[in-house]
Formats: sequence, C-alpha cells, structure tokens
Amino acid sequence: MPDTLTLIANAAGKLTREGLRVTGRGGTALPGLVALTLDPNFITALSSGLSHGVVCVSGTNGKTTTARMLADITRAAGWEPIHNRSGSNLDRGVAAALLADANWYGETRGDIGLFEIDEASLPNAVSRLKPRVVVITNLFRDQMDRYFELDTLAKRIGDALATLPAETTFVLNADDPLVANLTLGRDAKTIFFGVDDESVGGTIPQAISDATRCPRCKAPLTYKRVVLAHVGDWSCSSCGLARPPRDVSATKVLLGESWSEISLAGTIGSIFAPVRVPVPGLYNAYNALAAIAAARAFDIGLTEATRALANFRPAFGRLETVDLEGRTLRLVLVKNPAGFNAAVGALLETGRKPRLLAALNDRDADGRDVSWIWDADFETLAPAVVHAVITGLRGRDLALRFKYAGVPKERIEVVDEWPAAIERAVSLAPRETEVVVLATYTAMLELRAALSRVGAVTPFWED
Amino acid sequence: MDLRIAHLYPDLMNIYGDRGNVIALSQRAKWRGIDAEVRSYSVGEWADPEWPDVWFFGGGQDQGQDIVGADLAGNNGAALKKSVESGAAIFSVCGGYQLLGHEYVPETGPSIPGVGILDVTTRAGNTRFVGNLLVNSPDAYLIGFENHSGRTYVGAKAKPLGTVVVGNGNNGEDKTEGAVQGRVIGCYLHGSCLPKNPWLADRLLGWGLARRHDDVKLRPLDDADEKSARDQATEVARTRP
Repeated sequence: MPDTLTLIANAAGKLTREGLRVTGRGGTALPGLVALTLDPNFITALSSGLSHGVVCVSGTNGKTTTARMLADITRAAGWEPIHNRSGSNLDRGVAAALLADANWYGETRGDIGLFEIDEASLPNAVSRLKPRVVVITNLFRDQMDRYFELDTLAKRIGDALATLPAETTFVLNADDPLVANLTLGRDAKTIFFGVDDESVGGTIPQAISDATRCPRCKAPLTYKRVVLAHVGDWSCSSCGLARPPRDVSATKVLLGESWSEISLAGTIGSIFAPVRVPVPGLYNAYNALAAIAAARAFDIGLTEATRALANFRPAFGRLETVDLEGRTLRLVLVKNPAGFNAAVGALLETGRKPRLLAALNDRDADGRDVSWIWDADFETLAPAVVHAVITGLRGRDLALRFKYAGVPKERIEVVDEWPAAIERAVSLAPRETEVVVLATYTAMLELRAALSRVGAVTPFWED
Repeated sequence: MDLRIAHLYPDLMNIYGDRGNVIALSQRAKWRGIDAEVRSYSVGEWADPEWPDVWFFGGGQDQGQDIVGADLAGNNGAALKKSVESGAAIFSVCGGYQLLGHEYVPETGPSIPGVGILDVTTRAGNTRFVGNLLVNSPDAYLIGFENHSGRTYVGAKAKPLGTVVVGNGNNGEDKTEGAVQGRVIGCYLHGSCLPKNPWLADRLLGWGLARRHDDVKLRPLDDADEKSARDQATEVARTRP
C-alpha cells in the first residue's frame, strides 16, 4: 500500500484527470504533473510493484511505434500493460499513465509498465523507474535547440545506463554505432537487433550522417552498407569497434505500399516464417525488430509476437490513414531530418507521386529552430511532388525549402489557416486519391483537432 | 560564367541545417544561368587554394570541432589563408566562425588556436544562447536562429556584421553580431542563414564571381517567397524571441 503522500498525489491527479474528461479534454500530461508536484516520488511508488517490471523504450525515431507494437505483443501474451500510449513521453506522461491505471488506493491493475521515454529524459527516467528492460531504437539529430549535441546526449544516456543493476537487459540497435556503443565493451546483458539483408541500403554515406567518427576513438567509421544516415554495417577503421553480432536479425526485408515484412534469423539457429506488419517503410521493419527483441527479453514467444504485429494499427500520425470527402489522408509525422528522410523514402519507394499537405510549426515540442528542414532531403522528394499546399507557423520557411529543392513555383501554395489548408488540399485531389500530410508534432495535433471537428477522426487521447 | 563553391568539412561541421547555405548559393547562381559546382573538402585530403571562389564553413559538434581544429593547424589552414589572399570569399557560421578567428579559450585547459583569418577571439561561456536572432546591419536586416555557448569578441581589423535587435549575437554584452573582414564573413545565424537573407547570399555570390570574372552584374531574382519567409520569421523573433 503506497504511503499517504502518494495516496494524496494519486487522488489529486485522478481528480484533475476526471475534470479534464468532463470538460472534453484529454489528460495525457497535466494530471501527471499534479501528482508529481505533490509527490516527486510518485512514479517510483506506483511502478515498483509491477509483477513483470518496467520497460523503457527510447531513441530519436520510432519509439512510439515500437512501444505500441510491444504493448500489443504483451497483451497477446495475456499481460496488462500500463502504457503512455499517446506518446506523452516526459515524466508527467509516465505519471499520467500510472494514474489512469491505478485505483483510488494507488493500486495498479496492470502488471507491466511500458513507457516511451523522451531520449533527453531517459537518464532521469531510468533512475526513477528502475526498468527491467531498456530498448533504444536509434539516435539521430533532433530538435537541436533542446537536446543540443548528439554526442553529448549519447554520453549522458550511456552514463545513466551504466548505473543500472546487472540484471537489466538492454535491447539495442546494432546497426547504429551511437546506440550499439552504449553497452559495447562493458559487461551488460544486451540483445542486439539489426538488418542483415544485403539488398537493404547503399554504399554511399548520406548528407546528414551524425556519426562519421568512431564513438570510442574518433577515427573515421567505414561502412560496408549504409541504411539511413549513420545506420548500417559499420566498423571503426582504427580501434576495431564494429557492429556487434545480431541476436535478432532480419535476413530478408520486403516492403509493400502498406506493409513491411521481415524474415528472422535468431541465434537459436532456426529461421521462422516471415513477420508481416501492416505499416509501410523500412523504419517500421526496424521498429518491429526492436519490439520482437524486447519481447524476447521478457521471454514472450515469437508466435504471440508475430500474431500481435500482424494486427498492428499505427499510432497518431505514423502513416495512419483518415478518410475525408472520398479522399485518403495519409498522416506522416516529421520532426527531424532522419525521420523525414525515412518517411519520404517509404512513400517514394512504392512509386508514389504525392499530393502534399505540409505543415511546419516552431513551438517547443516541434523544436523552435526550423533549420533542420535544410538537412532533410527535400531534393529527393521534389521531382515527385504533384502539388504542395503548405501551412503552419513557419509555413513560409517550408515553402522556401520546397522552392530551393527545385519544386516549380506553380506547384507550391501557402495557405495560412488549417481548415482552409485542408479544404484546399482536398479540393485539388481527385476523388479516390491520396493526400500525403507531412507535419511537425504540434501541427499534427492541430490537424487532428481540425479533422475531429468534422468527425473524420477521434481525438487522439481516446486512441 | 561559372562559380566554384567549396563546402568545408561537410561530414564534421554540418549540424543545424547549415547545408542550406550551400544550397542557396548554388541555386541562386543557377537561376541566373551561372554554372555552379560544389566540392567538399574534409580532413587531410586537400590543401588546394586555387580552385574555390567561395567557401562555406558551418557549425559542428564539439567532437567535430576538435578534429577540424587540429586539421586546420596544418597545411589546410595555410591553404585557406592563401585562398583568401587570392580573392576567395568565405561565409562561416557558429563553429566555423570561431575556428576562423585567432583562438578559442575553453573554461579550463589550453586555448585552441584558430586559422586567424578573422580578427575575432572566442571564449567559452557557461550558459548557452538559444533563440531567434534578429540583427540590423548597415545594408539590410538579418534573421536567423542562434545556438552557441562561445562568446566572440571582434578586434580592430574586423567589423561587426550588424547590431543585435533580438537575441544575443556575438557575446550577449556588446550588442554586436558576426564579423566581416575583407571578403570573409562569420556569424551565429542558423536558419539556414542565406535562403532567408538573400541579399547576403548575393553579396557572397558577387564576391566569389569577381575572383575570376570581370564586371560581374547579378540579375535580380524574384525574391517574393524569400521576403515572405523573412517577414514571418521576423514576426516570430519579435513576438516569441
């Protein structure tokens, strides 16, 4: 039974949550903030009794999708995950998820804590949550005004992970040198995942690579294969640090217009039937690998994992589709160069000629510095663009980016307000066709709100 | 007519979207019918002062900056100096700007020598300047986003690029931002800088072209989109600094 302070915090948080519900708003953060203000120890108090423990999913891109996949897998195994499902991934979001699950006595119904954690908050979060498993998808440059330099962030995360007890299992992307290096060379229980299909990726390093140097000795890294930015089959030219052997490996990856499929080889030697996930794009194949590797860390069987992944539904803005007036809107959240390039790659590899509705905001959650759009590979997207309606607080910066990438003037149109921008984009697209929406985080929230007013989607906190 | 653009250390000094400056120079040349070629120069592989007309040198992470600093202490730094003496222009941002100065003085430890092309010195600061940066210059205003902890002080041989209206600029004390010395410019403007400040892009183009071509006259371009992006960013800087 939690102590009195925790009970008070729990009650206050739950009341805040009820209040927000009654007034028709979501409670993905504020109730958590209330509870944490009253009891800074709230997260530890509620999460420490969970019978299957806690898993933290972090990294720059793919954490929301990977966490959702893992939630589906644990449910297929008969567990009850407590999950900050809406992607509210700071400590208040974690506290809010615990509140939503707990009863008025501060007792949780769930048996596993499944928390997506903002990568900059990860050091703090692991000290509060004492996770049994930590999953890290990748580390790319993101929101430089907030996270500052990637090397520094990677070092802070590595230092924090090193303080966790020996029984902690790490699930790390072997193909990302910054991530793999987090436990390489020290005695830490790690399940590495990676892609071993030689046909995936090229040999040319990409313009936005964040790690051209060895994270250990600073000598240049060499690549047999580059998948995305600094992710690939890497090794150091000097100190011998190299991509570690993969415990969960995709020996074949197939990508369709609305699905991705991976064939797995494991260290246990057998090859399983391919796992098909109903979301497109190579990066979703990576997310599925991360989720399968995490399931292994919890000794959940591959049969449950595969079954859950086959029925997976994408999260808010992660290539989800919405029908509006006979057109399909495909919502793509973009927030950093690597994520943008991966999403655009997923769209273009199936031969799409997209009609776009693109929105750039510069609120805190988007990153106040919009410079990142110049690192994103708009040049690859430009020749395929049929038309682009552009909006957002910094829509004019975005329009300029399209112009300098070579999209002709007559294909670009700036429309300042959301409802007008949606209407314009939809009216330009013939019926039965698709409009691809590229939007930053708060822009996507605004779009969702605009769409839910016309009844096209449910508010995302009910998702 | 042709223009040769050199991108310095694109693999190590390439954060904060500074690549947009190279895109802007190259596109604004091409839109005027000028052939623009971009070449990359990185650690230990060049020391060719003859080819480039205009250099771009962006910001990097600390790790990149250390490696680049060491590289510039050798032949490559000397080559860069020679290139400027022969009339080439340089546009530098953030870490690149600092490395073109005399030295960078960290909080502890020995100072890191720079190339010394710009008469500026940078000292480590204990807080980071992060936010929109609006600058008045004698010619027109400049808009961008700053993100640095170094404090840069401009010496007598260089002139500040402009006066800070919103933000911190060089050091947060004397209201100056950036530095100009001959055809070498340094500043703290990310954004990317040149797409939203096309007048500065065209000045650099003019300088670069003048190295090997006579009577350079740049045809005006339709900059309505650039102006509109400038206006929106300026409004943001004034209302949400």
